[in-house]
Amino acid sequence: MTADAAHIVSSRDDTYLNHTKGLLSWVVTLDHKRIGLMYLLSTALALCLGGVFALLVRTELWGPEENLMSHDVYNQMFTLHGAVMVFLFIIPSIPAAIGNFILPIMLGVKDVAFPRLNLASFYIYVVGAIFLVTSMYLSAIDTGWTFYTPYSSSAQVGSQSAVMSSAMGVFILGFSSIFTGINFIATINTMRPKGMGWFNMPLFLWAVYATSIIQVLATPVLAITLLLLTVERAFGLGIFDPALGGDPVLFQHFFWFYSHPAVYIMVLPAMGVISEVIGTFSRKRIFGYKFIAMSSLAIAFIGFLVWGHHMFTSGQSKLASMVFSGLTYLVAVPSAIKVFNWLTTLYKGSIRLNAPMLYALSFIWLFAIGGLTGMFLGTLAVDVHLHDTYFVVAHFHYVMVGGTVMALFAGLYYWWPKFFGRMYNETIAKVACLLVFIGFNVTFFPQFVMGSQGMPRRYYTYLEQYQPFHQISTVGAYILGFGILMAFAGLILAALKGPKAPDNPWGANTLEWHTSSPPPFDNYASQPEATDPYDYHALVFDEKIGGWVKVEDAPATGGEA
Amino acid sequence: MWFTSDPTFWMPAQASNHAALVDNIYYFLYWASVISFVACMFAGALFVLKYRAKNINDKALSQVDHSTTLELTWTLPVFAVAAVAFYFGVMGFVSMKTPPDDAYEVNVTAYKWAWAFNYANGHTDGNLHIPAGVPVKLTMSSDDVLHSFYVPAFRVKQDVVPGRYTQAWFEVTEPGEYQIFCTEYCGTKHSEMLAKVIVHTEDDFKKWLDSVGNILDRLPPEEAGKMLMTQRGCLACHSIDGAKGVGPTFKGSWGTTRKLADGSDQVMDENYVRQSIMEPQSQIVAGFPPVMPTFKGKLEDREITAIIAFIKSIK
Ligand code: HEC
Ligand SMILES: [Cu+2]
Ligand SMILES: [Cu+2]
Repeated sequence: MTADAAHIVSSRDDTYLNHTKGLLSWVVTLDHKRIGLMYLLSTALALCLGGVFALLVRTELWGPEENLMSHDVYNQMFTLHGAVMVFLFIIPSIPAAIGNFILPIMLGVKDVAFPRLNLASFYIYVVGAIFLVTSMYLSAIDTGWTFYTPYSSSAQVGSQSAVMSSAMGVFILGFSSIFTGINFIATINTMRPKGMGWFNMPLFLWAVYATSIIQVLATPVLAITLLLLTVERAFGLGIFDPALGGDPVLFQHFFWFYSHPAVYIMVLPAMGVISEVIGTFSRKRIFGYKFIAMSSLAIAFIGFLVWGHHMFTSGQSKLASMVFSGLTYLVAVPSAIKVFNWLTTLYKGSIRLNAPMLYALSFIWLFAIGGLTGMFLGTLAVDVHLHDTYFVVAHFHYVMVGGTVMALFAGLYYWWPKFFGRMYNETIAKVACLLVFIGFNVTFFPQFVMGSQGMPRRYYTYLEQYQPFHQISTVGAYILGFGILMAFAGLILAALKGPKAPDNPWGANTLEWHTSSPPPFDNYASQPEATDPYDYHALVFDEKIGGWVKVEDAPATGGEA
Repeated sequence: MWFTSDPTFWMPAQASNHAALVDNIYYFLYWASVISFVACMFAGALFVLKYRAKNINDKALSQVDHSTTLELTWTLPVFAVAAVAFYFGVMGFVSMKTPPDDAYEVNVTAYKWAWAFNYANGHTDGNLHIPAGVPVKLTMSSDDVLHSFYVPAFRVKQDVVPGRYTQAWFEVTEPGEYQIFCTEYCGTKHSEMLAKVIVHTEDDFKKWLDSVGNILDRLPPEEAGKMLMTQRGCLACHSIDGAKGVGPTFKGSWGTTRKLADGSDQVMDENYVRQSIMEPQSQIVAGFPPVMPTFKGKLEDREITAIIAFIKSIK
C-alpha cells in the first residue's frame, strides 16, 4: 500500500500518505488516519474470514444430510463465524476504522486526544484477534458465540476450560474498545473547534460519542464475567455450574448485560454514517437533528436495561420478562422514528444517487425490516414461539449485517475520495450495491418464514419441510459474498488507479471536506472554525475542478442555476 | 389468513390453546409492519424519483429541518402499535406461564441428546404421550446442559435447566402427532434431539398408559430391553446395525474385547456393561469422547438386565 500511495498526487504535495515512507512508518505511526486505515484493513480481513465460515455453514445446510462436514465441525464453524463477525468485525469496523480517520478531521484537529493510546488500542486489537481465533481453533470450541454455561464450562481442552481462553481473547479485545472509547470521548469533549457547540456537532460525531460511552461502560462487565469463571474453576466456587451449586442462567444475565449494549455499539455508528450521507445527497438539512442526536444517547442508556429480552424463555420471572419487554419497546420506538427522519429528509431535497446514497437507501430498507421484526421478538407471547429459531437469526442479520455492512460501504464510498484522494468507479460500486442488496434479501428473508414455521437455529440437520428455504438462503449467501467482494474490489481499484478526487466531491459541509484530499499529515495548518455542518447551500459546484467550493470562493461564472 | 387454525405461509397449524393467541398478535404485528413498511418505502421511492436533482447545483426545495407537530404525529401510531402488542403479549405470556391446577402432570428430563417423559405409574418414554382435551403440565429439568422444549404447533417453548425446574403447559384439542425440537444449543447432536408429542383421545391414552406399564413383566427380556433402549435415548448415540455414532455400536459386540482410553483391555460382559451404564466415565472406550450420561438411579437392576439381554442378542 505504501509504495503505491506515495505516488498519489494531491492538491497539496505533502499528504499523510507520503509524509513518511516505509513499512515502519506505518507500523509505529501515531497518525489517526493511518491507524484508521490499518483498522480498516484488519476488520475487512475479519469480514472476509467470517464470510468464509458463513459460506461453509450455508453450504453444509444445502441439504439435511452431511455435505461438507461432520456435526462437530459444523458446530465449530458457526461458532467461529459468530465470534469473528461480532468481535473482530462489527464492533470495531465503523467506529475504529472510519471513526478514527474522520473524527479528528471533522473536529478540525490534528489528531485524537491520546494518539499513543490510539496506537496501543490497535495493537491490542491485533493481539486479541490472534488470541481469540487461535484459542477458538485450538480448543475446537463449539459453544456458539454466546458461550452459554454449563455447556461451555464443560467443554475442555486438557485441563483448561475452552471457554476461558476464548473469553480471555474477547476480554483483550474489550480493552481495545475501551481505549478507543475513552479516546473519542476525550477528543470530542475537549477539542471541538470554536463555534461547535454540542448541537452544532455533525450527527456522526454524536453517534460515535454515544457508542464510546457504551464501550467504556459495558466492556468491564465482560471482565467481571471472566473473573467469575476463573474463580469458579480455580477455587471450585459454584457460580455458574449447577454441579457446584451455581446457577447457569446467571451467566446469561452477565453475557447479555454486555452483549445487548454491544448491539448498539454495532448499530449506532452505522446510523451516524447514514445521517451524514442522506443529508449530503439530498442537499438538505437532516430532518429532526436534535431528535437523532438525543435518541443516540437515549438508546445508549436504555440499551443497558433491556438485556433480559434475550431470556424470555429461560425461566426468568414473569415480572422481569414484562419489564424487559416494556423497556425494549422504549428503545425500539426511537429507532423506528429515525427511519422517518431519514425519509423526511429526502422530501423536497435535491437528490443525487451516487453510490454512497444507494448504500444508504439500502440501509434504510434493511434496517426497517430488521427493526419491525424486532417488534415481534420484543412481544412476550410471540417471542416464546420465535425465540431461538431462524426468525431471530434473520432479524439480527438484518439489523447487524444489513445495518452495519451497508452503512460501512456507504461510509467507505463516501469518504474514500478523502481517504485516498481518488474517485471510485460508479458502475462497479452500484452493481456491487445491487448484488449485496439482492443477495442479502435472498439469504435472510426466507429465514423469517422458516423461523416462523419453527426451524430452530444452530441445527446441523433439519426436517425436509425446511429444505427449500435453506436452499434459497444458500444461493443468496453466495450472491451476497460475491457482492461484498466486488464492493471491496471497487474500493481497492479506486485507491490504486482511480482518477484524482477533488477536495469536496459531494458538496458536504462538515469540516473534513474543507481540507485537501487526501488530507495533509497534520490535517489543517491551524484549527479552522466550525462550519454549519448541514448548510449545503454555502457551497456550489465548480465545473473546473469537478468538486464543490464555498460560494464566496466560486469563480464568477461557475454559478448557481 | 388470520383466523384460521390451518397452516399458513408463515405459521404452522395451530394445535394448542396458546396457538391462536400467539398468532393473533403475530398477524397484528405482521400487518402493521407490512403496511408501515410499504408506506415508508413507497414514500422514499416517490421522493427519490420526484426530487431527483436535474442539475447538480439545484438547491433543495425546502430546508425545513424539524416540525414538532409532524414528529409527534408519527410517534403516536408507533407508540399505539407498540402498546397494543405489549399488552396482548404480556397477557398471552402470563396465561402461558400459569398452568391450571387440574392439569395432568408429566415430568420431563432432558439430557444429551434425548428426552425422557416420566409418568406417575413409573413408565418413562422417549415421546410425549398425552390425552386430548385435557390441560397438560410439564415439569422439566436437565441432567447436563441447557436444553429447550419446543413444539412449534403448540407455540410452546421453555428452556430446560440443570439444577432447577421449569414448567410449561398446554391443552391440545385434536389427537395427532406433533414435532418436538430442542431449541437451546446443547452440542454435537442438538439438531437430532427430536421427539414427538403423540396426542390420544382420553380413552386411548388410558389404554396406552396401561399397555406401557410393566413391560418387564409382560415382554421377553430382549424385547423389553430394546424398548427401554429406544425410550431412554441410548440409540441416539449407539447403533444396533454397525453404523458409526457418537458411541460404539452394539452390533456383534457381546463377548469381544475392547481397548480403553487408559490402555487396559476389557471384555464386553455383564459387569462391564453394567459399569458402563452406571459410571460411564470410569472406563472410556479408546477413540470415543467421554460424553455418555450416567443412568445411575434412573434404571433399575431389572431394566439393566433386560438391556444386557438385548445387547447380547444383537448379532
Ligand atoms: C450421549 C450419547 C450416549 C448416550 C445417550 C448413551 N451412551 Fe453409551 N456410550 C457413549 C459413548 C461416547 C461411549 C464410549 C465412551 C465410553 O466408554 O464412555 C459409550 C459407551 C457405552 C458402553 C460401552 C460400549 C463398548 O463398546 O465398550 C455401553 C455398554 C453403553 N455405552 C451403554 C449405553 C446404554 C445402555 C445407554 C442408554 C441407557 C447409553 N449407553 C446411552 C455415548 C452414549
Ligand atoms: Cu438484546
Ligand atoms: Cu439442544
